[in-house]
Amino acid sequence: MTWKVAIDGSQCMASGMCAGIAPDVFVLDGTHARPLKEEIAENEDALDAADSCPAMAILIRDGDTVVGPRP
Amino acid sequence: MTTADTMPLAYPFNEPDGLTLSDTYEQIRDQPGLLRVQMAYGEPAWLATRYADARLVLGDRRFSRAEGLDHDEPRQAEGQRNSGILSMDPPDHTRLRTLVAKAFTVHQVEKLRPWVRELTHQLIDELEAAGPPVDLVDRYALPIPVAVICRMLGVPEEDRPKFRTWSDAALSTSSLTAEEFEANREELRAYMARLIDDHRVTPRDDIMTRLIEARDVGDRLSELELIDLCVGILVAGHETTATQIPNFVLSLLDHPGELARLRAEPALVKSAVEELLRFVPLGSGAAFPRYPTEDIEVGGTLVRAGEPVLVAVGAANRDALRFDEPGTLNIARDGNQHLGFGHGVHHCLGAPLARLELQEALIALITRFPGLRLAGDVVWKDQMLVRGPREMPVGW
Repeated sequence: MTWKVAIDGSQCMASGMCAGIAPDVFVLDGTHARPLKEEIAENEDALDAADSCPAMAILIRDGDTVVGPRP
Repeated sequence: MTTADTMPLAYPFNEPDGLTLSDTYEQIRDQPGLLRVQMAYGEPAWLATRYADARLVLGDRRFSRAEGLDHDEPRQAEGQRNSGILSMDPPDHTRLRTLVAKAFTVHQVEKLRPWVRELTHQLIDELEAAGPPVDLVDRYALPIPVAVICRMLGVPEEDRPKFRTWSDAALSTSSLTAEEFEANREELRAYMARLIDDHRVTPRDDIMTRLIEARDVGDRLSELELIDLCVGILVAGHETTATQIPNFVLSLLDHPGELARLRAEPALVKSAVEELLRFVPLGSGAAFPRYPTEDIEVGGTLVRAGEPVLVAVGAANRDALRFDEPGTLNIARDGNQHLGFGHGVHHCLGAPLARLELQEALIALITRFPGLRLAGDVVWKDQMLVRGPREMPVGW
């Protein structure tokens, strides 16, 4: 199962949270964080990062369904 | 290049009275490598002062906080402290953080804005009724974040005198012995445990109730973690904001041009708060050392695994390589990615809430009081991790 990961650059406050929690999925090497790859295998750390983002800037989808952040 | 054998410099550099950034930072930031420093207690440490180095050390998972528990951590007070969630690494840190993260997102805290605004105006009404001079700390800066965090967490606001004493001691760097520090912490824990029991009997719509559910139903944290998390939220949730409100007012009074600009254009309050967060070096010095789990080069120094690194956020926030005219307060500064809330997994949980409180507190005060001024001597906190007025008499 693959998930699609996106970061809304207009929301991102570059807290570094996502790159800290899930360094295999996210990187913060510029003004805003970005996913290393748009598609990832199911990944609990990525969901934790989406849950923890203070700006709620991370969106993870499984097809049309939003899986992260979790409700 | 500095090596681990160089005689370390005594740290911290900043004076406790006032908000200036020590000149020493300017000198060492321009030198290659990291500096060796020695705090009053604990082992010597490396000091990072540049923005890029700070972001690396705070943001890279190879730097651990938990490792510090097995070391004689560099610190200002004698007692070695387990700082709860601040002494944890992922995945333990993530487990606790995700339990509370949602309550503090931008989206959630924005819902509180109308109420916080009303609160600021109520307090200003009371200041007006009392007449000048008034102590801005006691009658404005403290009541705002205390009311907000009490309501969110589920702590009775009228207990403020009680938890203020404990909270002060928790952030004190004074000569509290390890035993005194421990005794203080146990009192605060006992207080919180009673509140938790009460919430267990009578659940409410607050963070404490949700955390109790996460423990009792989801088994996602231990009882002690639950208590310490609530204590952490209560202390961190009001102390720094309460300190920054008077700090920001003082800084604006010190820069009358910028203050006038903000009064004329209140919409600038968001960028003004970001700029003040960058500009005001809150800490007396760096705290919470990071321990690399492998050898890592930082700013030209090879830091060996297990050698602690302190990050001087206040200095990094004035790094000319990152900020134009870093020593100038410019309330309209663009692209202001300061490190005032830290960085990485320990980035301040309450950052969106602190921003909102600071914005509302500042704008209400300066617009309602066009003649706002100091009306006496500021009494500074001393021997605290954070710097700021303990008392600040103002008139208008």
